[in-house]
Amino acid sequence: MTGATLYGLCAAVLVGLGLFGLIVHPQPLRKILAFNLIGSGVFVLFGAVALRGAAAGFGGDPVPQALVITGIVVAFAATALAVALLLRLFR
Amino acid sequence: MAFDTGLAVVVLGVAVWTIAARKTVAAVAGFVAFGLLLALVWVRLAAPDVALTEAAIGSGVTGGLLLGAATRLRRIEPSAAGETLGIGLKLAAAVLCILVATGIAAIVLLLPEPAPTLAPQVAKNLDRTGLGNPVTAVLMAYRAIDTLLEVVVLLLALVGIWSLAPDRAWGGFPGARHHADSDGLLAFVAQLLVPIGILVGIHIFWVGSTAPGGEFQGATILAAMWIFAVMAGLLDTPAVNRRWLRLLLVIGPAVFLAIGLAGFAVAGGFLAYPEAYAKVMILTIEVPVTLSIAATLALLVAGPPERPPNG
Repeated sequence: MTGATLYGLCAAVLVGLGLFGLIVHPQPLRKILAFNLIGSGVFVLFGAVALRGAAAGFGGDPVPQALVITGIVVAFAATALAVALLLRLFR
Repeated sequence: MAFDTGLAVVVLGVAVWTIAARKTVAAVAGFVAFGLLLALVWVRLAAPDVALTEAAIGSGVTGGLLLGAATRLRRIEPSAAGETLGIGLKLAAAVLCILVATGIAAIVLLLPEPAPTLAPQVAKNLDRTGLGNPVTAVLMAYRAIDTLLEVVVLLLALVGIWSLAPDRAWGGFPGARHHADSDGLLAFVAQLLVPIGILVGIHIFWVGSTAPGGEFQGATILAAMWIFAVMAGLLDTPAVNRRWLRLLLVIGPAVFLAIGLAGFAVAGGFLAYPEAYAKVMILTIEVPVTLSIAATLALLVAGPPERPPNG
């Protein structure tokens, strides 16, 4: 098994775990946490695909890598907004 | 390979902990550890730029934000909880999640050979951007529109958070005022660490054109130093109606957009750079964008205004 396959499978499990937490947890903050876990799984999956695309002297395909950086920042913005809504709801 | 297998197992173990932990604060602590381990995964995936972003934003700033929320929600958490599912529904959810994970795993195993890649095109055109780091080249040149939209999304999230302010605190100061204990350890460490951290942040930003790093990673470190100084009581978060603050927040997206529009005149397209000036123009965008992102991230963590602007 290659590194890309191994981390791709790891990503699949992360998405499954996060989805489970999102459905099952009653506390809203835990749902936000689980949602971030799903996001991390999607990013790692993208990273595994980028690793398979290694060519031209690069360790991985830089295009998906750059998009993951964008994704992480946007995920943070969404998390911050969700947390603010949550704190407003239960003040 | 043994290292990768071990790392994947530990990552999954910590992920299980963040879902299964009884206490929310413990789960968030697990999430911070998870983010740092994930940064290691990114190094193993030959993506040091993503590793820096994950460690700084995914683990550090997100962790800080969630930890703050978990602490504030601790007392009312039981009443804030929604419906607890019965065992049957939990089992159904588990089956669904296993199906989803299996589906993704099947896709991973059946990915096409040879893998499609854009790396050769990036390599071929890298010289034309004047940059040495292919990821920065993608972010600032080939896919600059994504980055522009992302900077705008950050700003929109901040507008969303500010709009949650109660009437009396409208345009006021976010969060509680922390007071420095002049003999305290926290204030001492902050005085020692913040100047060093600011230098590290600028360095990470500056080397991003040729080495792993860039404006998002650098800006996150700058934001973290701001948050740290506020928490240690060395300075207060400014009231959100301050004109200089709003200028700081929009200068990055504004310069980005202006140079993008100038591309129509000088290079025949939105966000196109004339070849001879590509690096200069990219740096002209990156400096204000870094400052704006740093301020936006720090204010996203600070949350909506809670104290009146003139009190």
